[in-house]
Amino acid sequence: MQQGLKQIEGLRQEGFVPYHTSLTEEVTAQQRTLESETEGLANTQTLIEKAIHWFQAHSMFVVAYGTGCGAIEMPPVFTSRYDIERLGVVGVATPRQADILIVSGYASLKTLRRIIRTYEQMSEPKYVIALGSCTINGGMYWDSYNTIKKLEDYLGVDMYVAGCMPRPEALIEGFVKLQAAIRDQTLEPGYVRYRDDYAWYRRNQEKVLGKNIAPQYEENYAGMELS
Amino acid sequence: MATVTLLLELLLMVGMAYSFGFLYYGLYRNITARVHGRFGPSIAQSFWDSIKLFSKATSTSFGWMFTAGPIIMASGAVMTVLFIPFFNQGDHLQGLSPYGNLLVVLYFMVLGPLGNALGVGSSGNPFGAMGITRGLTRLFALEMPLYLATIGLMITGGTADIHTLMIQQSTTPNLLSHPLLFVAAFLSLVGFLGKSPFDVVGAPQEVYSGPAVEFGGKFLALALSQSAVFTFAKLLLMVDLFWGGAATLLELIFKTFVFFVVTVFIGNVYGRFTTVQSVEFLLKVPTVIAIVGLLRV
Ligand code: SF4
Repeated sequence: MQQGLKQIEGLRQEGFVPYHTSLTEEVTAQQRTLESETEGLANTQTLIEKAIHWFQAHSMFVVAYGTGCGAIEMPPVFTSRYDIERLGVVGVATPRQADILIVSGYASLKTLRRIIRTYEQMSEPKYVIALGSCTINGGMYWDSYNTIKKLEDYLGVDMYVAGCMPRPEALIEGFVKLQAAIRDQTLEPGYVRYRDDYAWYRRNQEKVLGKNIAPQYEENYAGMELS
Repeated sequence: MATVTLLLELLLMVGMAYSFGFLYYGLYRNITARVHGRFGPSIAQSFWDSIKLFSKATSTSFGWMFTAGPIIMASGAVMTVLFIPFFNQGDHLQGLSPYGNLLVVLYFMVLGPLGNALGVGSSGNPFGAMGITRGLTRLFALEMPLYLATIGLMITGGTADIHTLMIQQSTTPNLLSHPLLFVAAFLSLVGFLGKSPFDVVGAPQEVYSGPAVEFGGKFLALALSQSAVFTFAKLLLMVDLFWGGAATLLELIFKTFVFFVVTVFIGNVYGRFTTVQSVEFLLKVPTVIAIVGLLRV
């Protein structure tokens, strides 16, 4: 913690202005990315809940959003070399069918709109894997004028895979950790945070995208009115 | 008492079709993985997928017609399986086949896709509509050889009752006595099972899984489960019509599995046709084979 504070303070003195306004905010965010496993929550599951969570952990439909350069590491993960279908992870073509959204790298403001739409169309329970440093703190795009720095400010992220770019093994490890967390219910899912703190996320979204974005999110948001 | 037994048997038939369908689908994924040089998922993976999808907390609907779509599809699949007898002897697992013949089965086989069309259409998604258009166009071409082949069988057998047709094959199965009709119907089966080269409907690369594009959560679960039941129903129909049905459970599994594996291999070897190509192929090759077969009956 002290180390982190010092580093950021050093950066500030050199004239860089981090995206986050307060220092503590920045450091807690860093801390959260380091401690992927939290405790608590578990052990209170009934047998049926346990079974359902086991099935949810062992069957993951992924919509792989290739936003940045990290996207190039995803095809090997899904094809013969690394074959993640072994773990029950398959790619699907539409967000409606998906459980997992992978945001693979820097998200430009233009892409962010689409990411938010995609995320909101997925049905719960849904999880987000953020791939690469760019989604954690901006990575090498941290002072770019049109990319966002921290994905967590705009969506509820559940698993970070650090690296620039992360190897396929790292992504697989991210999946395995996420599976364990879903099975044992050791994480507070991002979609719950997104639903509960929607006002905060929405404010962040409007801060960078302006008011002209997708309508307010509601659970079961259909994207269009047709009745 | 008889009614209760019948009801229990109907439930058992659907349950068997459901589990075998998913088991075969799991094997399909495994075999395909081996062909790709991978290990592939567990055999029960598709079953886990369906439970996971049924347990999803939210699923988006676009109105009552959208909700009704998968339900009509599922009832089409379930009714198809109920009218096809599982065994060629004994009184058990004959389902509703004494009350309806081959014509009823052929009718129920197209109910599902039509229900699907109504449901998907009401979602307003252009990819869904594209998938449906492709599906119905292909269905029209698939039916031609299948109907010609079954007409041939009905003419030779002098009946439309599936059970009688099975018993008539006790010496030589139709597979050997009417090879042309069999080839035509089998090519049509490959298309009906949605395998390459006829998998134009749910192409994930072109139309983003087509009709299923807006199906999430429980809707997708229902769509997957009905496709498992329907897959088994179609294999069962082929075994009954061309391979003399089965006397025991083991024989039933063996015969349906052989047909399934052959379609899987065909699917793994060939690339996808475009919609026009698949319609042209189906209307030329299997249809002509079926007509020649029909003339020789
Ligand atoms: S983390 Fe590195 S590899 Fe990934 S998107 Fe950013 S710059 Fe590209």
